[in-house]
Amino acid sequence: MQSVCENSFRPTSPSFAASDLFVQVHKRFSSGFELDVSFAVPPGITILFGPSGAGKTTLLDCIAGLATPDSGRIAAAGCTFFEDKTRLPVRSRRVGYVFQDLALFPHLSVEKNIGYGIAGLHVSERRRRVDAVLESFRIATLRKRKPAETSGGERQRVALARALVTDPCVLLLDEPLAALDAASKSNIIEDLRTWNQAHRIPILYVTHNREEVFALGERMLVLDNGRVIAQGTPHGVMTAPQQEIIAQLAGFENIYDTTVVAAHEDRGTMTCRTAAGNVELETPLVRAEVGSNLRVGIRAGDILLATVRPQGLSARNVLPGRMVSLAQRDVIVVARVNCGVEMEVHLTLAARDALQLQAGREVWLIVKTHSCHLMAS
Amino acid sequence: MDWQAFGLTIRLAVVVAGVLAFLGLPIAHWITYSRWRWKFLAEAVVALPIVLPPTVLGFYVLLALGSRSPLGRWWQGLTGHTLAFTFEGLVIGSIIYSLPFAVQPFAASFAAVDSRLLAASATLGASKLRTFFRVIVPLSVPGLVTGVALSLAHTMGEFGVVLMVGGNIPGVTRTVSIDIYDQTQALNYAAANQTALVLLVISFFVLSLVYALNRRVWAVWPWKEERSRKTLNHDGH
Repeated sequence: MQSVCENSFRPTSPSFAASDLFVQVHKRFSSGFELDVSFAVPPGITILFGPSGAGKTTLLDCIAGLATPDSGRIAAAGCTFFEDKTRLPVRSRRVGYVFQDLALFPHLSVEKNIGYGIAGLHVSERRRRVDAVLESFRIATLRKRKPAETSGGERQRVALARALVTDPCVLLLDEPLAALDAASKSNIIEDLRTWNQAHRIPILYVTHNREEVFALGERMLVLDNGRVIAQGTPHGVMTAPQQEIIAQLAGFENIYDTTVVAAHEDRGTMTCRTAAGNVELETPLVRAEVGSNLRVGIRAGDILLATVRPQGLSARNVLPGRMVSLAQRDVIVVARVNCGVEMEVHLTLAARDALQLQAGREVWLIVKTHSCHLMAS
Repeated sequence: MDWQAFGLTIRLAVVVAGVLAFLGLPIAHWITYSRWRWKFLAEAVVALPIVLPPTVLGFYVLLALGSRSPLGRWWQGLTGHTLAFTFEGLVIGSIIYSLPFAVQPFAASFAAVDSRLLAASATLGASKLRTFFRVIVPLSVPGLVTGVALSLAHTMGEFGVVLMVGGNIPGVTRTVSIDIYDQTQALNYAAANQTALVLLVISFFVLSLVYALNRRVWAVWPWKEERSRKTLNHDGH
């Protein structure tokens, strides 16, 4: 299969910049799992995206030196971390690593945690750097506290500050913000961005959260089952997912196998009919023969639901159907509607109550042409 | 009461616990983190004094310290006398005898330190030694306290090894437990009881201190609880 974005780096090319992080790793586990990747990370934030078990943390551990690949080559900032017999010790790699569980030293104050990595510096220089990073991550008031006496968001900041104060040449972030609410998350992301504008080092940011991908990434790599299956800009990879695994990751709750029945080149659209249920969907035009098979992905949040047949709409797909079930998940309502095929639709609680929705009710589903994402089947 | 025996016993216990506090750290570190395939053999050797009859241990220590062994000869060349039946010899025997009581709590507490913290320390540029003293040791304090206190208490009460290695020389190798044995043999039960009671109290005190120090959260202070119960009773009347 073809990767989504063609600006992908060729690992054998000698032309990659010295400031890039270069990773070529092969590692086989006794469980049968195999990590086999090759990519380069330029300065800036690169999202490492993939389902759990894809090998993301193992990959970061290899880069940091906490795990040893069977073969390959890892290099950054002009120095080789790993190759053949070269094994640069973890402590000499200058890799900043923020662990998923943060791994703050529980017995040390915030200040001492942050100063831990720069103990070799002169006292006054150390104090200057710690003060500066405490200030820029807005945690100066916590300096004497133990990690247990701070909040979750504060701990994330401390962990980030502790890694950054060492002036690393590569930064690895393993789902550092997974446990945070949206507000503190975007605050920290802003601080990280600001920091990186000045430093311009390669940052690998592991997440499986879609919002974080768009909020943060300049580039992204998709890892699945130990392999890089796509790379490019987050927008490029996530909005035109050509592989089903990315589609699922990107959050397409509805995926259908379809056949192209007509191409309307003048309108820039196509008509695709689902293999099951014979539902016709109007989709954006892509280069595909009539009669060829394509897969259509529709996000549950992109579908509108109406209790009467809507009129005067620009949306081209208006599908009559019947409500199969309604279930509340967190603060959203997951509705399943049968309109020839079954579609998952996400609604707000307020919408459910206002429309007095219940199972068995007749409804119409409205899907914009450009909400139908096409991928190779 | 034989105060000389008490003084000697406490001196021996403090010296042995002190030496083990330092000697035990590298051994426990090695046992915890080594990936040597024959490590289990070394672990078994360290734990041996727990199951071995003290007389067996004492017998071999006596042989090792005697003038026929290389160690004994080397010591004799250095100081002019053998190690057997001296305080120094007693210290060596006791160190071996109490080694597992220090090493095992040390190793257990090292193993309990989150390995991610060690990884974090390494990525922050710390050497193994620095990681050990700045992360592992501070987070193992309860285990270290336990190990030192147990080896202290254990040395105070030892009998077989002392008798085999040290004999029964007043002021040099005659410890409290030997003294109690002597008094009992002489049917001097009152004196034996007195000494035994003091040893019992001291051992109890040391162990109480260990458990008190290792108590993580003093949510319930023993005496506060007592007082609140009294208040409750008072209100009830």
